[in-house]
Amino acid sequence: MQTLQQTPLHGRHVAAGARMVPFAGWEMPVQYEGVIPEHRAVRSDCGVFDVSHMGQFHVEGPSAHELLQSLLSNDLDKIGDGEAQYTLLTNERGGIVDDLIAYRIDAYHYLVVVNAGNREAAYTWMKEREIRGSEIRDASDEYALLAVQGPKSLERLGLPDAKAFTHAMGEIDGVEVMINRTGYTGEAGVELMCAADDARELWDAVVARGAVPCGLGARDTLRLEVCYPLHGNDITEDTDPISAGLGWTCALAKEFTGADAIRAVKETGPERKLVAFVMEEKAIPRQGMPIAGGGEVTSGTHSPMLDKGIGMGYVPVAGSANGSDLLIDVRGNERRATTVPKPIYKRED
Amino acid sequence: MAAAEDYPEGLKYHREHDWARIDGDEATCGVTWFAQDALGELVHFEAPSGANGEGGTVTKDMSYGEVESVKAVSDVIAPLSGEIIEVNQKVVEAPETVNEDPYGEGWLIRIRLSDPAEVDTLLDPDAYRQFLADQ
Repeated sequence: MQTLQQTPLHGRHVAAGARMVPFAGWEMPVQYEGVIPEHRAVRSDCGVFDVSHMGQFHVEGPSAHELLQSLLSNDLDKIGDGEAQYTLLTNERGGIVDDLIAYRIDAYHYLVVVNAGNREAAYTWMKEREIRGSEIRDASDEYALLAVQGPKSLERLGLPDAKAFTHAMGEIDGVEVMINRTGYTGEAGVELMCAADDARELWDAVVARGAVPCGLGARDTLRLEVCYPLHGNDITEDTDPISAGLGWTCALAKEFTGADAIRAVKETGPERKLVAFVMEEKAIPRQGMPIAGGGEVTSGTHSPMLDKGIGMGYVPVAGSANGSDLLIDVRGNERRATTVPKPIYKRED
Repeated sequence: MAAAEDYPEGLKYHREHDWARIDGDEATCGVTWFAQDALGELVHFEAPSGANGEGGTVTKDMSYGEVESVKAVSDVIAPLSGEIIEVNQKVVEAPETVNEDPYGEGWLIRIRLSDPAEVDTLLDPDAYRQFLADQ
């Protein structure tokens, strides 16, 4: 049996009464008070998630930019120092090894943040492709990462507004942090990266400022309501970005691993598409459930905001337009759903 | 608001975390505090319906429905055999009722017992608590 890794905040979670579960080799809080109240806290006010299980790699050297341009799908020439970009690490077949955010510190130094479950795969993939003048270093164990998300998160942290996908060094109640204007909830907010040794102090400060501790359960329902893909569910090494609706992350005018394969899919058009859907009957779709006509659910849950079953899944292109009827096989019972535009949930202003 | 942990006297308990309140040849059935706590906030009760609904039958130790939380789904096991005389529509409409009041408003079905002797196989509260402690 593999021993589960623990983040520096493990003791805080246990003390707060969190329900701990194995996730991608880590023992992580799935919920504290409950998925639904935590979800609502993020939609209405502010929540904090320990996402220290995610991986951080430093990519440095005079060729760092050139290396990343050859490995990642998006165009790093579009961002400058202090900016960040959502991008894909792709294989020769155009499949997705991981989806990640690249933070440009300067021309010779990027920080990339990868999914916990792909830390080794992504590191190995990139390390094996290093070029002269570039070096990749896995620094994941040196850092903790807290996502503070929700419409009141900046106010609660005492931070000024800033453009999404930017970053800067700063401090929160005496703790030095890298403040990243990124997240996985569809709400305003930041991801705060600090030294692992400072994690407890930062967590306590953020909670004292009124952020509600939230677990991975709410993280999943929040991201699915706004249709952010989850690697391993909605995107994998065997799915291409075009079918997944991530063509906007692929700079097909440049060369990168798998670009030819992705161009070919774009040229001929994908056979299936990743659609978002809402259940029309009382039922909760789950990953792996068949969709009539040759589709499959890749993510499903109960939406706390809509109070309905929602999900994403691949369906043949012919039946993928918004408003298409789907029949989902919920453990032997066919249940009706309708495809909807992404995101599934949008704040009513 | 979630209920506090409790296994009331007067109810009979099944090892699959179901309870039955016996009233003559009828019984009201639901899931225990332990079951709802393990699942978390319930968001769906797949109730027995159609030919399997009211008028249909349930068999002791067999599933008659499903309860689902955001993260998990679980079969609901019949503690006793009989004919379904009522399905709690309140729980169908508001599944969180089970979390709020698992032994009261959060009951799931009422049945007419086909074999009242089965009651003797169920646990009393002390035996069920001991069973939970041994898990």
